[in-house]
Amino acid sequence: MAMLDIEALGISFGGLKAVDNFHVQIEKNELYGLIGPNGAGKTTVFNLLTGVYKPTSGQILLDGDNITGLSCEEINKKGIARTFQNIRLFHNMSVLDNVKAGLHNHYLYSTLDGILRTPKYRKLEKEMDAKALEILKVFDLQDFVDYKASNLPYGQQRKLEIARALATEPKLLLLDEPAAGMNPSETEELMRTIRLVRDEFDMTILLIEHDMKLVSGICDRLTVLNFGQVLKQGKTADVLHDPEVIKAYLGD
Amino acid sequence: MKMKTTSMSMSTAKAKTFRSNMITYAMVILAYIIVEIFLNAGQVSSLIKGLLVPLTIYSIMAVSLNLVVGISGELSLGHAGFMCVGAFASATWTMLMKSSAMPPLLRFIIAIVIGAAAAAVFGFLIGIPVLRLKGDYLAIVTLAFGEIIKNIINALYFGIDDHGAHFSLKDSLSLGMDGGTVIIKGAQGITGTPKQATFTIGVILLLIALFVVLNLINSRTGRAIMAIRDNRIAAESIGLNVTRYKLMAFTISAAIAGAAGVLYAHNLSSLQALPKNFGYNQSIMILVFVVMGGIGNIRGSVIAAVILTLLPEVLRGLNDYRMLMYAIVLILMMLFTSAPSLIALRQQIMARFSKKNDEGKETT
Repeated sequence: MAMLDIEALGISFGGLKAVDNFHVQIEKNELYGLIGPNGAGKTTVFNLLTGVYKPTSGQILLDGDNITGLSCEEINKKGIARTFQNIRLFHNMSVLDNVKAGLHNHYLYSTLDGILRTPKYRKLEKEMDAKALEILKVFDLQDFVDYKASNLPYGQQRKLEIARALATEPKLLLLDEPAAGMNPSETEELMRTIRLVRDEFDMTILLIEHDMKLVSGICDRLTVLNFGQVLKQGKTADVLHDPEVIKAYLGD
Repeated sequence: MKMKTTSMSMSTAKAKTFRSNMITYAMVILAYIIVEIFLNAGQVSSLIKGLLVPLTIYSIMAVSLNLVVGISGELSLGHAGFMCVGAFASATWTMLMKSSAMPPLLRFIIAIVIGAAAAAVFGFLIGIPVLRLKGDYLAIVTLAFGEIIKNIINALYFGIDDHGAHFSLKDSLSLGMDGGTVIIKGAQGITGTPKQATFTIGVILLLIALFVVLNLINSRTGRAIMAIRDNRIAAESIGLNVTRYKLMAFTISAAIAGAAGVLYAHNLSSLQALPKNFGYNQSIMILVFVVMGGIGNIRGSVIAAVILTLLPEVLRGLNDYRMLMYAIVLILMMLFTSAPSLIALRQQIMARFSKKNDEGKETT
């Protein structure tokens, strides 16, 4: 069974069909790319998948579980985590606390435990610190734990956002333009990190990206979206050489 | 090698928060000891004596409001309303139990619990619809709440006799009482509450409020509340229940304000829901403490509450210029925190300090 199975997904804003009859099947541990011109509806698909918008048609199955129409919070608990096109960190909190906020639903102690500093609080906080540090190490952020998130350099902020998403222990990770605003060497490093995440965390990843070097470098398969509809689907190399895709998106 | 530096820096961050919290508690305890020494030496004027309990009340209110404004990032303009609820709920209890054989201290402790619980219930009920909204709606609704609760209590008559409790919004006659006692007498409020709020109890309550809020901030719940403040959409995307945590912050804050209200009610022999006591100006004044002390800075807001409560009284001759002074102090404060040249100056001073500290560390 596919990790993510989307059928006939659509949403209309008034009379405008922003996404129509979108369908995709993503296998476990796959690195899947979603590309297309600006305004094609890529981020809208992400927002549908994460519950920001409620779809007007179609269904989303995650690991066989129907998650269509659930709230953001519930969908994250079911196992989808995401990053954002414009970075959304908890900017006044430390790097460590950003990741620990991501661990929130996996280390449970009550508010009263927290106020009274019970042994349970101490034990679980210690475990959270260790776990958060372990995740930050994967992204080479371990030396910045005490930094305020907003004080991190841009590239590191992007990485921290991925780290925070991974802390929620998702089955599927959605990356919205992870390489936006990065220079070639940063993109190079990011590609390595994404591959590392896939292997280290045994993660299934769906990403939106405009940087064709990144897309062709790491994606196993692609879907091209144009005017809210699927234009082409298949293996990365095949899709990128398809004349229709070249005409609609890549240009000659 | 790298591992070592990491674990070290993690412990320094924790140690820093711990130290900062301890300084806050120590500051309060030290202030208490100094005041007690002066009191025992008979060196304190009756003016200052009368201010001691209000100082603790406003400090507690500042801590309470900072939880909403600074930590959860919402604006409440009706915090005096929660204080009002706490005051009247607890005073009613005390009046009911006044003639019973219950020891006064136990009665007062229960009064504090009742006041905090009543205010928490109101905070919860207001929070349910309002905290689901985004933007400035909470400010508008809390502002209205503060005024409405004050006006209702101002018109409320409540009495108790052998047949049970009687309410009226008209006058004490329409209660239809059969003997018994009228406890809340409309605009006259509650009279005859025993003066049980002492400076010591106020300081203990302030320490409890600080303990609750500071520990909350450094817990899982506090992290969730601050995450929601910093970025609501991202908080939802990592599975945080936005309404739940906002409601929790708001309810805890209301409960603390209610406890401050209990002190207020038991510091005066007559309690009235006047605009002077629980009105809009009072709520704004508490907000001024929070803004001046630093939004999100708990210790700062306690210091600001103390300074701004003492200042007008100490400079009694200038009392007419009180609001003018507030404005000037606020403007200076904003300049100090936001003007580029002053920020540079401050950073210079801070850098010099930390340099000294580092040198000290290296030699040890």
